[in-house]
Amino acid sequence: MLRGKHFTFDDAYRGLLMAAAAFVFLIVALIVYETAVGAGPSMRAFGWRFLTSTDWDPVNEHFGALPYIYGTLVTSAIALILAVPIGISAAVYLSELARRGVGSGVSFVMELLAAIPSIVYGVWGFFVLAPWLRNGIEPWLVNNLGAWTPLFSGTPFGIGILNAGIILSIMIVPTIISISREVLLATPRSFREASLALGATRAEAIGVVVDAARPGILGSVILALGRALGETMAVTMVIGNTNRITFSLIDPGASMASVIANEFTEATGKLYLSALIEIALVLFAVTIVVNALARLLVHWATGGRREAAAAA
Amino acid sequence: MSAVHSQAVAVGRAERPRTSFVRVLWDRVFTGTCYLAAAIVVLPLGLIVWHLLALGLSGLRWEFFTHMPTPVGEAGGGMANAIVGTLIIVGMGAILAVPLGIAAGIYLAEYGGGRFPAIVRYTTDLLAGIPSIVVGVAAYGLVVVRMGRFSAIAGAVALAILMLPTIIRSSEEMIRLVPSSYRHAALALGAPRWKVIQQVVLPAARAGIVTASMLAVARVAGETAPLLFTALGNRFWSTRLDQPMATLPVFIYDYARAPYLEWNRQAWTGALVLVLLVTLISAALRLTIRRARTH
Repeated sequence: MLRGKHFTFDDAYRGLLMAAAAFVFLIVALIVYETAVGAGPSMRAFGWRFLTSTDWDPVNEHFGALPYIYGTLVTSAIALILAVPIGISAAVYLSELARRGVGSGVSFVMELLAAIPSIVYGVWGFFVLAPWLRNGIEPWLVNNLGAWTPLFSGTPFGIGILNAGIILSIMIVPTIISISREVLLATPRSFREASLALGATRAEAIGVVVDAARPGILGSVILALGRALGETMAVTMVIGNTNRITFSLIDPGASMASVIANEFTEATGKLYLSALIEIALVLFAVTIVVNALARLLVHWATGGRREAAAAA
Repeated sequence: MSAVHSQAVAVGRAERPRTSFVRVLWDRVFTGTCYLAAAIVVLPLGLIVWHLLALGLSGLRWEFFTHMPTPVGEAGGGMANAIVGTLIIVGMGAILAVPLGIAAGIYLAEYGGGRFPAIVRYTTDLLAGIPSIVVGVAAYGLVVVRMGRFSAIAGAVALAILMLPTIIRSSEEMIRLVPSSYRHAALALGAPRWKVIQQVVLPAARAGIVTASMLAVARVAGETAPLLFTALGNRFWSTRLDQPMATLPVFIYDYARAPYLEWNRQAWTGALVLVLLVTLISAALRLTIRRARTH
């Protein structure tokens, strides 16, 4: 009888822990449910046009999210263009070239960068980076490149899509570096030894290693993309918040996250609020897909090593 | 492997004992670029820390922590209500998330073999990827709409959801670090599974679990987006959990956007305090975790 009692308590204990683990599902389900229900009125009113319309007229209650989707995609693209080459090169440095002390020093700086709250990046972008862009970089871009391409035309405000892209790139670099480094370290030593033994230079040997680590590095980039797509406060502070689609990178714009942060508490009217919640739902769906893809890639590339996943 | 093979062929064809000039040049350029990239990556942190100190340090006086914000035009004042508000909301979030997260972490580490734990693990990773603003919108629907007003509790729920994935993942990792010989020895002595976990495994992993959980809590303390429309913010002193409450990140946001120079300066000081709070805690904890791992 004593044995039996112990056995049932063991089961109860296990069940309790299992319930805690299952709670994660419940939370994700609740997030989906709440955003879907909240977005309902807007979905019924506008249907798929919501994603392709550029209207944003709270007075007449016409809403379309295209300018915000566009702003999110363009700022994230700028962030990736800036962050990917630098991030991967730095990861290669950390895993292949750096001495141990220097390497762990830079990794530590990366951890600290990742720990800085996004509002602080926003404050820095707003008060420091914006004047630099307004007075130095953007006038130069307009004068020298503005004639060739519509990407750099208009009045330099400092606040705008370019600023948001740069801030995002600073914020996602640690993600790219820490995961790429784990993936590079997970490649077999024999790859390096074999290529060096065949007479390859250091750069060529690293090329072989990077080639082998490519899926994992791609995973880190996609994971960084997921972070850039959903980043809110830093972008809200520096993007300028106008709902226009412009091809000039130095013009102000808005992103999906920034419009929610800006207008949610001011949204009067059920449909207005619902439209904002639908933007959150779209953002949620996009980031879930992007993250799922990235995690599969990282998992595959590292053979499921837990440290790499934790670095994410 | 094919890359290695093709390079072997290329080297064979070259038939030259000495490495060609172009290859050496490429080697130098490539490695040089990597060094440069590492230097560039460190630069933003240096700049941000420099500006935080240059612009925020002058306002960092004792009264910043003890005084209430002053009306526009009046110098001085502090963010006492926001600092206390942040501590309350983050603390409440931790009370909600830490026990749940650790329990789930134990489950994944100790019973984590089958398909269900694998799915939970994947869901946890996905939860970590959900933008914090979306969590804020969900908490708005879950708590604010049902309560009928913005409240500190809603903010705590949003932050708890954000803490959860990190706590689960790191406590699983810490429990896995406990040598399996501990479990075998306890089981061999006739202890039931729950006793093995509660009295042998958890005490051994306790230091790591506590540190990792605090790290997750510290990270979330700087979040702004999920608080904007849950805890909202409050110009006045309030410790009531069912009312809007001021928090440091939201205060920084409001003060940085305000058209008053004095407020902007306060925002810099607030940012400095927030960064000190979050990074000092994280740095100290990370060092202790690293030490725990190497031992």
